[in-house]
Amino acid sequence: MSIWEYANPKKFMQTSGVVLPWLAGLTAVALVVGLVWGFFLTPDDYKQGSTVKIIYLHVPAAMMAISAWFMMLVASLIWLIRRHHVSALSARAAAPVGMTFTLIALVTGALWGQPMWGTWWAWDPRLTSFLILFLFYLGYIALWEAIDNPDAAADLTSVLCMVGSVFAVLSRYAVNFWNQGLHQGASLSLDKEENVADVFYIPLLVCIAGFVLLFVTLVLLRTRTEIRARRMKALIARERMA
Amino acid sequence: MIAVLRRDLVLAIRAGGGFGLGLAFFLILVVLVPFGVGPESLTLSVIAPGILWVGALLACLLSLDRIFALDYEDGSLDLLATAPIPLEGVVAMKAVAHWLTTGLPLTLAAPVLGVLLNLQGAGFFWVVLTLLLGTPALSMIGAFGAALTVGLKRGGLLLSLLVLPLYVPTLIFGAEAVRRGAAGLATATPVLMLAGITLAVCALLPFAAAAALRINLR
Repeated sequence: MSIWEYANPKKFMQTSGVVLPWLAGLTAVALVVGLVWGFFLTPDDYKQGSTVKIIYLHVPAAMMAISAWFMMLVASLIWLIRRHHVSALSARAAAPVGMTFTLIALVTGALWGQPMWGTWWAWDPRLTSFLILFLFYLGYIALWEAIDNPDAAADLTSVLCMVGSVFAVLSRYAVNFWNQGLHQGASLSLDKEENVADVFYIPLLVCIAGFVLLFVTLVLLRTRTEIRARRMKALIARERMA
Repeated sequence: MIAVLRRDLVLAIRAGGGFGLGLAFFLILVVLVPFGVGPESLTLSVIAPGILWVGALLACLLSLDRIFALDYEDGSLDLLATAPIPLEGVVAMKAVAHWLTTGLPLTLAAPVLGVLLNLQGAGFFWVVLTLLLGTPALSMIGAFGAALTVGLKRGGLLLSLLVLPLYVPTLIFGAEAVRRGAAGLATATPVLMLAGITLAVCALLPFAAAAALRINLR
């Protein structure tokens, strides 16, 4: 039993078909519990009032936006090294999801920034690097769409993903150097004494778990769609040949 | 590889068009900016470094799709790929040729256009220095983008979408160095970072670009 068994599309479809409803249910439970708990059952912050509650969308979305790109990088590497089609298709499936998470993080941040910072947008390093990450997602998806040959598309987007990752990290440090930050430091970390107070912390963790599950569910679902689309194309091509 | 470089240079000069087009675009962009932001010389001198850098970057972008497209269409790229020289070297030479016909003229033209934007004293020196350091990176990154999109019809727009985010670090450090230089501040960090980016890009991206080309020629 090894993870590479799931490189076989048939096996992947079987297992993901069984797992998917459970995952979707779990996602719904985690998100409903986390968001309801966060929005209605936590106290308002003494300085930020109720706007603090946007953290339950903003932080998980931002975390998943970066994690999604990282997952795409790993999937791209697996495709380039071991040539498993499921891997390439899962990278393709993850991109729009990651892009949406990036957009959610940007929009919720702007909504929070308007009352708190007095501006929708500031050229703060974190904000700027997220905007750049959004552009990377855009370019990656556009390249997938533009190429007809599926194998060439998978190869070229994988190369772009690798080069893009390096430049994304580089941009992160470049914008750090370029402008001082307005954005507060990390709300969560494993090694720091100061974290968000426990009343906010626990629902936030539930929300993060919900977003991780949501991401996995959506990527599995979209990968299944991609595999079916690929099969359909193969069937049509076979019909034409006959 | 020298022969590849010579061939590309001769083609660029004899074919005309692309060679002067970037410079003309740069000139027009710089002329348009005062119409957009108003003629106050104080405002202009503040934004001059950024405008010159963004202008050079966009002018560079203009001729990127020509790096491989013509050779791809007439089949000489296939010959180059099967020739007994590494494709990585061909890519690097193509980028050098692009830089010699685009980046270098832009660098030399930048101080002249700086006059139009009321660039101040030390700014002239820093504009030339940072463009000299930064434009090779622009050409090399552009060659990578061109290699990714070479087989596509209407790849031009996609090429800019792919390449512009990759230009961000170069632009930040380049423009920041000019800004600091013009204001008389210490410039060592951005200049060194800019040089570092250029060197790293020239060392590593030919491999990525050659890989992309091989996929496209398959």
